[in-house]
Amino acid sequence: MNGVTKGHLEKRKRADVFFRVLATASAATVLLSLLLILGTILWKSVPALSLSMLTQTPKGGFYLGKEGGILNAILGSLYLAVGATVLAFLLSLPLALYLNLYKGRASKTAVWTRFFLDVLWGVPSIVYGAFGFVVMLALGLRASLLAGMLTVALLEFPIMCRAIDEVMRLVPLELKEASDSLGATRFETALKVMARQCAPGILTGVLLAFGRGIGDAASVLFTAGFTDRIPSSLADPAATLPLAIFFQLGTPFPEVQQRAYASAAVLTLIILLISLAGRAMSRKVTRHVVR
Amino acid sequence: MRLLKDALARRAMGFVAALPGILVLLIVIGLFLKSKAILGVEPLSRLLFSSAWHPLKGQFGLLPFITGTVWVTVTALVLAVPVSILAAIYLSEYAPRWVRESAKPVVDLLAGLPSVVYGVWGVILVVPFVGGVLAPLAGVYSSGYSILAGGIVLAIMTFPTIIHVTLEVFASVPGSLRDASLSLGATKWETTRHVVLRKGAQGILAASVLGFSRAFGETMAVLMVVGNVPAVPRSLFDAGYPLPALIANNYGEMMSIPRYDAALMMAALVLMLIVLFFNVLARRILVRVEKRVR
Repeated sequence: MNGVTKGHLEKRKRADVFFRVLATASAATVLLSLLLILGTILWKSVPALSLSMLTQTPKGGFYLGKEGGILNAILGSLYLAVGATVLAFLLSLPLALYLNLYKGRASKTAVWTRFFLDVLWGVPSIVYGAFGFVVMLALGLRASLLAGMLTVALLEFPIMCRAIDEVMRLVPLELKEASDSLGATRFETALKVMARQCAPGILTGVLLAFGRGIGDAASVLFTAGFTDRIPSSLADPAATLPLAIFFQLGTPFPEVQQRAYASAAVLTLIILLISLAGRAMSRKVTRHVVR
Repeated sequence: MRLLKDALARRAMGFVAALPGILVLLIVIGLFLKSKAILGVEPLSRLLFSSAWHPLKGQFGLLPFITGTVWVTVTALVLAVPVSILAAIYLSEYAPRWVRESAKPVVDLLAGLPSVVYGVWGVILVVPFVGGVLAPLAGVYSSGYSILAGGIVLAIMTFPTIIHVTLEVFASVPGSLRDASLSLGATKWETTRHVVLRKGAQGILAASVLGFSRAFGETMAVLMVVGNVPAVPRSLFDAGYPLPALIANNYGEMMSIPRYDAALMMAALVLMLIVLFFNVLARRILVRVEKRVR
């Protein structure tokens, strides 16, 4: 082997090693940024995290650094996200079933509907907020728990629907044929075979959308309002955790900003819990699944 | 009875299926109707290309906000695209199976973190870093609340979108092509570059466009770290004021100043149309890629 080819080989080898290191470093960057975010939030929250913070509503002067907690926002967010998720589910499940059982999976309707769902997924939440606001004005509604729920439901709908649809697309068609051959109507096949077969996947999709809904701030800014009290009816305005964080961080007082960190930690823990629950459940709720 | 139920269910579901398309249309029409109050008074060109933003005097030039959005988004993409694609290359080509499996929850979690949490993190860590470390290094003064801070936070937020789509594209490149290239004596990197990246080029483009449109509309996280000064930014260390932040910041007072609400709804409409355009573009490319693979 002469010197020229040897040098050439060396160069190729060096490029190979270089890019292997670069790619590994990039993947590590992604992992590290997640750890850095979680670590910073949790570490910064420790001084302000207390039980009274979780169990009390804001007292007078809360935003000046006085007594109180963020119970109003925690409950407000939970009510809002649960309501929105139920509404979104009522739309998503039928639509996913329709696309997979009633229309062929690759039919024109299915392709176009998926396309629009993907487009909706990409619509920024502030636009949903503005749209919800426009509709509210048109109907003469005020900022309320209900208006927030409806807006967040719109936001969650494409996320949940696409997640469920992806799972249903993997179900073998033989299962449907078997059900048909037993004389079941399509509706019965849909509910008793398809929905049950996909139960774990549906649950994961629901939790995914729930997490997105509870963490979103821009869409509830216009529509749900903000209050220091716990909402007692659908027509009341409701505080939400993301907005509570935002407002607390916006004050010039260090004590209140500390609480913003603590509130952010609470929200992060809720999200972590949901994502862990989703993982655990998708493994457990497989009792009725045909393999 | 069972047949009746079946027929009823089919009608109801057929209606739901039309919903996504109708919803897209409704959002555009609703925002347009609201912004008509200002479109009738001011010419569109002045609204879009004037930098005079004085709501009290009735001047609503959106230029500072549009440029602010573009600056932040482009900064984010310049940072995010190379890292995301290289990370996807590592995960799909180099990583052992268990790493690939355990990377999925990481990417999912990164995608699932609320934008407010990113914002809080940005305020705690990124803003002081930009103001105290990067700006002195570059020899300029900056409070840290800047385009660059917004770009860094946004870049991390777009990682999951780009990585996810890119991984799917890489997975669709047949393994036999890789084997063929390797058996000809190409190194791993040469195979990745000439086979995987070339085959997946369009898909990577689509992934980046999707990342772009995601970043373009992101509101809270950017709003919290970008400074919000309504002027056309001149450097990365200047504060900016993106469109979504404008809408979110002023919802309180918009009802008390004439035509202010119309101007903000028009900002939302502009945002919607731009994001819609890029989304449709990306999806079209992806559909084509999917077809070609089959």
